[in-house]
Amino acid sequence: MIAWMPVWRIVAAAAIVCATYPAIAEIPMSERKSGYEFMGPDSRAMQDEDTANPGMLSVLDGEALWKRKAGAAGKSCADCHSDARTSMKGVAARYPAFSPAVNRPVNLEQRINMCRTDRQQAKPFPYESKDLLSLATFVGRQSRGQPISVADDENTRPFIDNGRAAFTRRQGQLNLSCAQCHDDNWSGRLAGSPITQAQPTGYPIYRLEWQSVGSLQRRLRNCLTGLRAESPALGAPQLVDLELYLMWRARGMPMETPAVRP
Amino acid sequence: MTARALINVPPKAKRGEIIGIKSLISHEMETGFRPDATGQPIPRNIIKEFVCTYNGVEVFRAEFFPAMSANPFVSFTTVANESGTITMTWTGDNGFFATESVAITVE
Amino acid sequence: MTDTLPLMATRRRFLIGAAGLAGGMALVTMLPGRTAATPASMQAAVKAVAGDAPMNKGRIKIELPPLVENGNAVPLGIKVESPMTDAGHVKAIHVFTEKNPQPNVVSFQLGPRAGTANISTRMRLADTQVVLAIAEMSDGSFWRDEVEVVVTMAACLEES
Repeated sequence: MIAWMPVWRIVAAAAIVCATYPAIAEIPMSERKSGYEFMGPDSRAMQDEDTANPGMLSVLDGEALWKRKAGAAGKSCADCHSDARTSMKGVAARYPAFSPAVNRPVNLEQRINMCRTDRQQAKPFPYESKDLLSLATFVGRQSRGQPISVADDENTRPFIDNGRAAFTRRQGQLNLSCAQCHDDNWSGRLAGSPITQAQPTGYPIYRLEWQSVGSLQRRLRNCLTGLRAESPALGAPQLVDLELYLMWRARGMPMETPAVRP
Repeated sequence: MTARALINVPPKAKRGEIIGIKSLISHEMETGFRPDATGQPIPRNIIKEFVCTYNGVEVFRAEFFPAMSANPFVSFTTVANESGTITMTWTGDNGFFATESVAITVE
Repeated sequence: MTDTLPLMATRRRFLIGAAGLAGGMALVTMLPGRTAATPASMQAAVKAVAGDAPMNKGRIKIELPPLVENGNAVPLGIKVESPMTDAGHVKAIHVFTEKNPQPNVVSFQLGPRAGTANISTRMRLADTQVVLAIAEMSDGSFWRDEVEVVVTMAACLEES
């Protein structure tokens, strides 16, 4: 799909994005906007009403998995965490979170898989598998409306800084950084679509382009592909650090999981 | 894995009232027009038919083609004429079948 | 406004190529050798449901967003003016497109028990094109409405 693009067009693209705008700093707190605010009324309506939001079908799948016993331990998520509506409220808003077991932050999907292997003695779900996404969407749904509040402390700060460095580093054949679009040019458009602020308020999201739910890491890899940059594998520490920085950058904004995005 | 469906019907209505019904079901709606990574066509796999009955009487029917979006959503209306059950069924390729029912009280 | 649509299409195609971040042109990837729907094949599909009956303009109204954010799920509303009684009602509504891989999108069958002919759904649109809807009434008449829809491309797609 990409190989046919002539080089001059790639150069033109880089020129369009870079030429006229001086680099500016992080978005002031008062000007931050969810991707929701960049969508038209129809896409917003799809997110707002449960019966219209296809992400809710994943929430239902996740709820069934939550109650199902799994692994050699024969335990379900509910056996330890009981009613997710109370036990998981606000939890997804705090991920990625520092895990002493691995001495670095893990994202929600990785945390679910740690429960799978350690507590249920079951095989971890593959990244981006339907089951893992369903559970993450179900857990995320319990934080809807809760403010994003990842830890900013001596444990997480080096990783937040890693993520920020990745966000502001020029990369790929287009030699662009994330920040050049999402900090400096978020009021603009790209190929007819609004450039958003990259606030990860609603993951896992139902993306119309995917026709399914997907994780923040999948979305980040789409961006990196757009930059013609190398994408780290799903679950790679670099992507978790970037997730953590983005969630820190969106601190205080309300969770929308499962959000709908174009 | 069973298909998930979400349907929205008001639980109560006045006799003769026109009520809105919304339905959403998980289905990829594979068009049959897309190639896979090796260039081979991915076989069509769609829901072909959606039927809504009200106490056994058909009130609405739809025939779907591959141009319907994944996870098909349909909203329509019906007249609440008596208490009972509203049932929706979806049938499609590869023996796909799903059904959901809800009770409605009409006063 | 009359001459802006072709211009927009041209400009959009340039921007897609130029921007680079939009990974793929085609929302519905076509297999080589397959023919897409055309205005002619759409007319044939219309004839299959309406025969040679005259098409009246009016009574049916298509609602589509003026600018589509993603062609994979385009909200489509159809409203038909009708008393929806035994004596006079909408029997069927058929939706067609010009440039999807095939012209048919969806057909609805309804009657007095529906109360109204007011339907919403979501459809796929492979490209900027015309969407046509036809209502078949209980008196045997046919009514039509058509709308041209501009489909924008999503930025930052999968590797493929």
